[in-house]
Amino acid sequence: MAINSDVLVIGGGLAAITAAVSAAREGADVRLVSHKSSTLRQASGLIDALGYVPATEPAKPLRDGPPTAGRNLDRDEWPDPEGPLADPFEGIDRLPESHPYRVVGSDALREGLDLFDDLAGDAYRGGHTDRNALVPTFGGAVKPTARYPAAAEAGLASDDRPMLVVGFRSLTEYDARAFAGRLEAAGVPFDAAGAEVEFAEAFRADAKITRLAKALDHDEEIDGVPAREALAKAVAPHLHDVVDEAGGVDRVERVGFPAFLGDDRGEEVREELADRLGADVFEIPMGPPSLPGLRLEDRLFDALDAEGVRFETGNPVVGVESATGGRVETVAVDRKGRTAPYGADAFVLATGGLVGKGLDSDREGVREPVLDLHVDQPDDRYEWFVDDAFGDQPYARFGVRPDERCRPTDAEGTVQYENVFAAGGVVGGADAAREKSASGVSLATGLAAGRQAATEANQ
Amino acid sequence: MTRHTDDDGDAGESNEATESSDGGYERPTPGVPEPGRDEQPSVFVPDEGEVAETDATAGDRAATDGGVESASAGADSTELDPDAYDPVDVFPGGDLDLREGADSCYKCTSCDTSCPVAEVDDEFPGPKFQGPEQWRLKRKDDHDIDESITSCSNCMRCDDACPSGVPLSQMHNEARGQFVERQMEKLSVEYIRNRVLANYRTSASLASMFPRTASFAMNFGPARWAMEKVMGIPKERDFPEFATETFREWWKARGGAQVENPDKRVAYFHGCYSNYNTPEVGKALVSVYEHFGYEVMVPPQKCSGTPMFANGMLKDARRHAETNVENLVEAIADGADVIASCTSCSLSLRQEYPELFDLHGIDDVAEHTFEALEYLRIHEDLEEALDEAGGLDDERAFAYHAPCHARNQGLSRQAVETFRDVDGVKMEDVGDSCSGISGTYGWKEEKYEKSMEIGAEMFEHMEDAEGEVGMTECPTCAMQMEHGTGYEIEHPLQLLEDALGA
Repeated sequence: MAINSDVLVIGGGLAAITAAVSAAREGADVRLVSHKSSTLRQASGLIDALGYVPATEPAKPLRDGPPTAGRNLDRDEWPDPEGPLADPFEGIDRLPESHPYRVVGSDALREGLDLFDDLAGDAYRGGHTDRNALVPTFGGAVKPTARYPAAAEAGLASDDRPMLVVGFRSLTEYDARAFAGRLEAAGVPFDAAGAEVEFAEAFRADAKITRLAKALDHDEEIDGVPAREALAKAVAPHLHDVVDEAGGVDRVERVGFPAFLGDDRGEEVREELADRLGADVFEIPMGPPSLPGLRLEDRLFDALDAEGVRFETGNPVVGVESATGGRVETVAVDRKGRTAPYGADAFVLATGGLVGKGLDSDREGVREPVLDLHVDQPDDRYEWFVDDAFGDQPYARFGVRPDERCRPTDAEGTVQYENVFAAGGVVGGADAAREKSASGVSLATGLAAGRQAATEANQ
Repeated sequence: MTRHTDDDGDAGESNEATESSDGGYERPTPGVPEPGRDEQPSVFVPDEGEVAETDATAGDRAATDGGVESASAGADSTELDPDAYDPVDVFPGGDLDLREGADSCYKCTSCDTSCPVAEVDDEFPGPKFQGPEQWRLKRKDDHDIDESITSCSNCMRCDDACPSGVPLSQMHNEARGQFVERQMEKLSVEYIRNRVLANYRTSASLASMFPRTASFAMNFGPARWAMEKVMGIPKERDFPEFATETFREWWKARGGAQVENPDKRVAYFHGCYSNYNTPEVGKALVSVYEHFGYEVMVPPQKCSGTPMFANGMLKDARRHAETNVENLVEAIADGADVIASCTSCSLSLRQEYPELFDLHGIDDVAEHTFEALEYLRIHEDLEEALDEAGGLDDERAFAYHAPCHARNQGLSRQAVETFRDVDGVKMEDVGDSCSGISGTYGWKEEKYEKSMEIGAEMFEHMEDAEGEVGMTECPTCAMQMEHGTGYEIEHPLQLLEDALGA
């Protein structure tokens, strides 16, 4: 017999969790099934909504004839995206009509962000305003984002206090001096300096960030000195490193670290460091794997538990097992080589995009591998891309095409299954990387798909 | 078992598939990727005394100084001969061709982040090194396996974390096996200690002949001091008590199955621990399954191999696997599915067996194996049955810990979900941290402190939880939970038995 629930959510990221909680709050009995550990641990932990509106037309008309595929012919050129936007809601009307925000409406984004604020609680900031915050990320770029971890708060680029950025030789993907230089080059309204300090040298050369976080969480002794004290001592000589127009500052007022300041006890670690340094302490969101992402994962899965959602991680949904009358009845879950049927009145597909493997591709085409839904794409794969790497890449918008109820449609625009709803990266139409909209799309479509699924199941 | 290219100087022919000595594995066509993890052809470890086939022709190969076979196949021509270029076979040698798995790694380091050992051990380079990186390094004959492989606790969390399907634990198992086989001193205390720990079944079967004496003697202070000094077994640990009547003795005394049902049969893989130490778990399983009308079979069996994999004792594991597979295949032929009450046993039969051994029927066993509660949740309406039974008379609260090996089967939440709506049961999930014992890992003197450091988070969460009784499916997690908190630990099947009034 099948393992049944009212709503089955397939996926484990932000969209899946949002859909599951939204459906549960409508009274549905919800189960969430995800193949691997949540992709949230790969995410920066920042919640963006809409930072830029990229151009959808090239600066001059594309030349006729076959695409150049990287050969040195006349390359197409694209205007820079409009932005950074001060207000994400204000830009939605200028997105293409097929964009998920246009399909589900800006209210879905607003309610999705409200839901996130509710689930994240005091761990996140930014909910007091519609406006974007500017958060420096580890490459030295400044990202317009709707919500950010409390740990990143003192690092906002709109704050004009002088900033010291601390780096470590063992963290090769991150260079504090280059970071500070790039921030200044970007024209931030404050002076910044970077310093590489000796702290992580006590650990192995390629120590994992979890190792550093654990040592700070437990305040382990490093060569006889508690870890937090040792870190503060290493940073202290650099508190005057920032040079302003007058030739030097008395003392920096905020110090940024790569995001490894504790895991369970992050707040305690930051407070102790701030106390010892006499300056605010903040974390700079890092690339994967990311502690802010891991912390968000923990928090959101706790929230799922509290909302009564059943969830399981480790086994993939591999296909439709039975469908009748245009409705999916059960899907097959692969349990180490043997499939088990999972039944539901409604299904939410939130498996992610090309990177999250919710879409699969080879030279022949792009497919949605779980339910085999239609993915809109040009037949000729030379039309999947344009020459300018920063242009309007068609492949970036690949995904399933939902109707206004989030139900994926086929090439003719007909709903494929009455009771299947899609959310997050698997939904096409957004260019999330250029727009800085990935989290917002997940929240808006997750909320809409979850509610629609619950409505469907309640009928 | 070394696969190689027969180089007869004819570049064209050298690309044809050749059959290797184990008689089943064909070399793939050049340019065509090999099957992924799930279709990986299995291999076996050579029997004692059997000499692994060596690559006699390897020395004759035209090779670049990287040991990589030349794409021009040794010809003078500077033109690359596309037919001679074989991207799949640039690294001759090695037992398992996990090249595609290694290539799938894009170094996101999710595995390292999920590794409980890397979090506390500054000497441990993490699963990304132990897996794909070491796999590449050891393609070369003169490259030793790094000793740190023995610090991997075999929790297999990296498998579950990898977004790219890299067969990390399979790589670790192979590397560990090779390290123990080729590099470890066979007379060292460490080897002997590990072999004893890995072969728990042997010690347990001896001990259970005189269970009371054994329980006393093994935990006798001076004896424990000596064990730590001589054998490296930490004196802080209490050896588990041996049951005065093993599960199999009980099963025989009760006259075997009380229910006959050719349509609903299960073969119970009880493993060593339920047999020698906690027969009450096995008894609970029998009464629950008979309650639902199943005919329970208890086939002859040996150790599932989990502690042997963790210690690189692949030959021991294979010997036990032969007995297990033979008997379980027979049970499957009688219409049974295989169920296990220990999540490491079920994971071993499902995943490690087909990954590491090539035995007749091994895939059937893997495909027909389930964890005991999982099987009931698939085949019975447990929720309704529990609802009808009406719950417990007295309220009980549990602090539940999901074992890593349950996590790897997608079962980490099943106990909490099963009992969530049962009246009188309050069950709290104490979070996703590892208990730190990982089978035999925490039983080694040099690992004891690390093991307790890993477990610290779980102990804390258990103490924060309302329940004063711990619950888990894994016998060694149970030992660690008891050791760290002093709680009594139960298995979900025991609670299920109570809740169903079975």
